[in-house]
Amino acid sequence: MEFRILKKKIGIEKQIDDFLDKVSESGLLFKEGAEAYLKGNMEIFSKRIQQISDTEHMGDSLRRGLEDRLYRQTLIPESRGDVLELLESMDALLDQFKGALWRFEIEHPEICCEFVDDFMELAAKVVESVESMVLSARAFFKDINTVADHMHKVSFWEKQSDIISTRLQKSVFKREDLRLSHRMQIRDFVRQVDEIADCAEDVADRLSIYVIKRSL
Amino acid sequence: MFAFFLTSGLFLGWSLGANNTSNVFGTAVGSGMMRFKTAAIYCSVFVILGAVISGAGATQTLGKLGSINAIAGAFVVALGSAVSVYLMTKAGLPVSTSQAIVGAIFGWNLFSGSLTDYDSMVKILSTWVICPVLSAAFAMILYKLVVFCISSSHIHMFALDAYTRYGLLIVGIFGSYALGANNIATVTGIFVPVSPLADIDILDLVTLSAPQQLFLIGGLAIAAGVFTYSKRVIMTVGRGIMELSPVMAFVAVLSHSIVLFVFASEGIERFLLIHGLPTIPLVPVSSSQAIVGAVIGIGLLKGGKGIRWRTVGGIVIGWVATPVLAALICFISLFFFQNVFQQKTYRPVAYIFTSEAVERIQSVGIPTKDIKELIGNEFASAVKLESVLSKRISPTRKELDFIIKSFEVSNITVNKEILDRVKIGWITAGQKKAVEEMDGRVFTHNWQLEEALANASPEWRLKKGNKKYNEDLKDKLAYIHKLLRSDSGS
Repeated sequence: MEFRILKKKIGIEKQIDDFLDKVSESGLLFKEGAEAYLKGNMEIFSKRIQQISDTEHMGDSLRRGLEDRLYRQTLIPESRGDVLELLESMDALLDQFKGALWRFEIEHPEICCEFVDDFMELAAKVVESVESMVLSARAFFKDINTVADHMHKVSFWEKQSDIISTRLQKSVFKREDLRLSHRMQIRDFVRQVDEIADCAEDVADRLSIYVIKRSL
Repeated sequence: MFAFFLTSGLFLGWSLGANNTSNVFGTAVGSGMMRFKTAAIYCSVFVILGAVISGAGATQTLGKLGSINAIAGAFVVALGSAVSVYLMTKAGLPVSTSQAIVGAIFGWNLFSGSLTDYDSMVKILSTWVICPVLSAAFAMILYKLVVFCISSSHIHMFALDAYTRYGLLIVGIFGSYALGANNIATVTGIFVPVSPLADIDILDLVTLSAPQQLFLIGGLAIAAGVFTYSKRVIMTVGRGIMELSPVMAFVAVLSHSIVLFVFASEGIERFLLIHGLPTIPLVPVSSSQAIVGAVIGIGLLKGGKGIRWRTVGGIVIGWVATPVLAALICFISLFFFQNVFQQKTYRPVAYIFTSEAVERIQSVGIPTKDIKELIGNEFASAVKLESVLSKRISPTRKELDFIIKSFEVSNITVNKEILDRVKIGWITAGQKKAVEEMDGRVFTHNWQLEEALANASPEWRLKKGNKKYNEDLKDKLAYIHKLLRSDSGS
């Protein structure tokens, strides 16, 4: 039984890498999808919606497979709970990207031209924060000493997102020519996107605890 | 009767399995790296293999119980040790089985009026301190080293998990093998000379000698202990003292093995001696003390806050209580055995002042002026002899041991037929021939036979500077004595 460990290990390492790839991919797809929507390129937007749904689906099945293996094969007993929590949190980020993009598809909000640049910048910063989170998670598995190198960037990008989000919301509410319901709809969109960076920061905070807990 | 006497040996084997498994697989199971069932299977298989394959090497040593000169006495000593180890196992405390046996032998010595080897007592006391300290120091150094290596080699979490699992499994397997090989003589070794078992041929491929069959039975008893009752002690070692990470678990069990190997291995000492290197002093070490020391060492390195000192205190009390309890149980049981069940629990050893023995004592430089007048006197026990000697010449402990051995009456009659029992091939043809040539001769003292054998064949002579050879030879001589002694109970 124990002699199959190495083979199992190679499989599980690849599975984790694939899963984190999916999280990273979903960020990029969200960024491209949001840009396409804001620029009115609906054909590309539809493609990205389809792609992010597929990515989310694959991410889910990878996560389930990983959880199953971790429990069935009683791997990493000391960090199993933390790793499962981390995987679930990362999966939640993936879901949030998909959810935000689908909301554009469902509600088709009218974003005024003057907000487009800020919106795109916000999306970029949020994706950066998740990207840093993905790097931190990879480091957690491969080289725990370098986790901190990536983790501080998550907070940095989250702060940047907050700044843009506040600025954007202020600008939205300054536009008195827009209906209140319209202004509130745009605000909700801004908040939903900004929330992804907040979640990434929460995951980073938890990861820092896992790092402390995972003493050799 | 043989089967009945064997039961206490098997009970001791069971207790040993139930308690000492924690030394080899405790940290692996406690840290969650291995399921109890998996550990129990590996441990049992390798304990049995160690007992049957390597236990045969120690056939004639008979273990510590070999010093008991009546089979019923050995039964009670084994029983006393087994009960005390069982009680400690029930309390979940890892203890040393050999210390329980020494404690029980002390009880037997008190009962039979034999002199106690105080060196053993001192050894036990020093083991409680030296062994955990050494093991803790090793664990600290090793842990730092391992952590440095892991940190600088950027191993993936799952790869590290796999390597640690392998490490724990390999060290555990070796530990189990050694557990079986080293302790089987204690469990069933005493019964080898009185075994009615015959060699068994399995499909003309493997021959299982009588001692090997006994060792197999003993190994099975140890394995039964592992499966049925070892989990509690395993959890004390693996979790009770402190929560261990898998790497800590590996380092702890590895340090324990290294300490046992380096400080108790005569093999290493011999190797160093042969190559003209300075030897490492052999210190008394015990597996249970070593593993507990290693875990505490790592805990201290981590700041000491994670250590549950209450559990450690309990373990230390268990260490002290084990030999004391074993001695007490043994003494009381011997009383009942002798007086209620009318069993001969010891062979009274007499001591006689012969002129040959006095000469022998004089030849090593011990003054005999004040004891010469005692020639012809006989003493019923070593205790009585000691009190007389102490008044007259106040010898040192070493001198006293030599004098007592010189006066001990053995009444050995060399009998060729009895010697035929020695079939394992552990004495050379020359050695056997020398003994056979003395057929019919009678010796009052053991040492007279030894001298006669040394004169008859160079193969019976001790070799200067060859400690291992000399110890093997002494073991062989002790076994020959036991076989030939007219009233050995065999």
